[in-house]
Amino acid sequence: MDTLLIHILNSLLYAAVLFLIAGGLSLIYGVMRIVNLAHGNLYAFGAFVAAWTVGLLVGGATPTPLLYLVLLAGPLGAAALGAVLEPTLLRPLYQRPEEYQLLITFGLLSILEDLIRLIWGPYPLSVSSLYEGMGSLNFGESIYPTYNLAVIVVGGLAAAGLWAFIYRTQFGIVLRATSQNMRMAQAMGVNVNRVYVQAFTLGCFMAGLGGAIVVPQQGAVLGMGVDALILAFVVVVIGGLGSLEGALVGALMVGVVRELGITFFPEVELAVLYLMAAVVLLIRPAGLFGRA
Amino acid sequence: MANRRQLVAVGPIILVLAILPWVVEPYQTVLLSYGLVFAIAALGFNLLLGYTGLLSFGHSAYFGVGAYAAAFAVKYLKIGSMELLLLAGVLASALVAAIFGLVCVRYTRIFFGILTLALSQVIWSLAFKFFWVTGGTDGLRVPTPRLLGVSIGAGQDKMAFLAHRYYYYVLVFFLASVAVMWVIVHSPFGKALQAIRDNETRAEFVGVQVWHYRWVAFLISGVFTGLAGALWVPLNGLTTPDILVWNFSGEIVFMTVMGGFKTFAGPIVGAVVFNYLKTFAVGYTVYWQLFLGVVLVTLVLALPTGIMGMVAQLSQKWKRTPEP
Repeated sequence: MDTLLIHILNSLLYAAVLFLIAGGLSLIYGVMRIVNLAHGNLYAFGAFVAAWTVGLLVGGATPTPLLYLVLLAGPLGAAALGAVLEPTLLRPLYQRPEEYQLLITFGLLSILEDLIRLIWGPYPLSVSSLYEGMGSLNFGESIYPTYNLAVIVVGGLAAAGLWAFIYRTQFGIVLRATSQNMRMAQAMGVNVNRVYVQAFTLGCFMAGLGGAIVVPQQGAVLGMGVDALILAFVVVVIGGLGSLEGALVGALMVGVVRELGITFFPEVELAVLYLMAAVVLLIRPAGLFGRA
Repeated sequence: MANRRQLVAVGPIILVLAILPWVVEPYQTVLLSYGLVFAIAALGFNLLLGYTGLLSFGHSAYFGVGAYAAAFAVKYLKIGSMELLLLAGVLASALVAAIFGLVCVRYTRIFFGILTLALSQVIWSLAFKFFWVTGGTDGLRVPTPRLLGVSIGAGQDKMAFLAHRYYYYVLVFFLASVAVMWVIVHSPFGKALQAIRDNETRAEFVGVQVWHYRWVAFLISGVFTGLAGALWVPLNGLTTPDILVWNFSGEIVFMTVMGGFKTFAGPIVGAVVFNYLKTFAVGYTVYWQLFLGVVLVTLVLALPTGIMGMVAQLSQKWKRTPEP
């Protein structure tokens, strides 16, 4: 019984992080119709910024509870990067066929991958003291790290917050209107350029938040971005590109399958995930929650 | 009459390619061999992107399947004949492309791209995880094969073999691939693909069976890329899961766009130039990805028609003769 609980918690842990990455990817696609191949690298960027900032303060005079808040430097850094990238690189391409948008984000992926190496060097950054600092909880015979529970809570709060933001605020209405019909929104007086940069920044913030909360547990390593991107792809393909509910359900499905895969059939764990995406595309091309 | 002009230019190029091993360093010839092999893959890829309007982000799968099929044939069947290795590569990539194609050609645009990417990652993860079959990240070694029944003599320099005999072997396959692809894109089948690219609905109205044609194009594209993969293995001496990762698919896209995917010769020029560019960048800096990324971003923003597109524009400007 305890092991079942641990498996469920692990699934939720994967799902929480995946939802943050995939939700951002899906949000950006939903509003701007861009599949951002560099999204995983923004997640990695968030992780590195968070690890580096916390690393500067750790062991200093900063009280430990405050250090958890300092992790927010990651999402803020990723959001700032996003706010610069959208107007400079993506905006000139909206009139062109979408192949070019894929290409430019692929170029951006290569650039960010090496830029991270250039800034922080080839070695992983870790802030495991934050992970260990929270201790662990006992469930009968098993113990579970408290930090992992915190990640699950943050993922849940982010999902709820995003839902409220998009369905309960003025900005959310403008965002949804723009994603439904960009020209009509423009005709109604919406500043589409501003909405685009805000949506892109918000998507990058989510990716960066995902990166920041995994840092205490896994550290920031080179290559983490590309791995995350592919998993986020699987999530949004299953859930439906552009749908936040889809990203949530997709993340939960991938979380469960991954946990089962790692436990029972490690050789085909990844293959099963990709096949799952392919099968969903075959049955419902737009994904489980997509409209098309 | 652009076609005749292009044909006239082909003769001298073949001549230069043929005498090259006698005038330049073996290293340069081997480097060019890599470029020619990638050119075959890019040519195959562009049948989809340039002629059918489908952007595949999963062509590393067919290249890798071709390479691994040849490596398996060496390891498990003890085959040493290059022709049989190529056959294995072509058959395996045809099989995989036929199956994946059935799934993929029902979609276009972004969904096609993601689906090809996801399927190629299935192959990658299998090669990566089933290490007792594929050697995992260590890969599989492929020793120097027999060409047309003639084996490399004992004690002969492998570099010399690659720079001469193997170079000509690759060159012949390259020229044959170019010729076959030329015939394909100028055939009624090739024209039908272009009709599908330009307007799917109208193509269907005039009687083109869109899915069927796309599937055949997908199959041909995969086979060309698989052939390239099988030719690449002896050159590299080793195959690893790296060539199956989708980043390599991205490189194939990069080559094609850099050369110009709207022209026939674009992918060829792009592949050769990309190979030099990457070799130079890798040798020059550890941050070669950054360098290539900046080149790609600059190209997309400033030069979307690629090298051949730029050449065409310049030559028109110089002649000042408007295209009829």
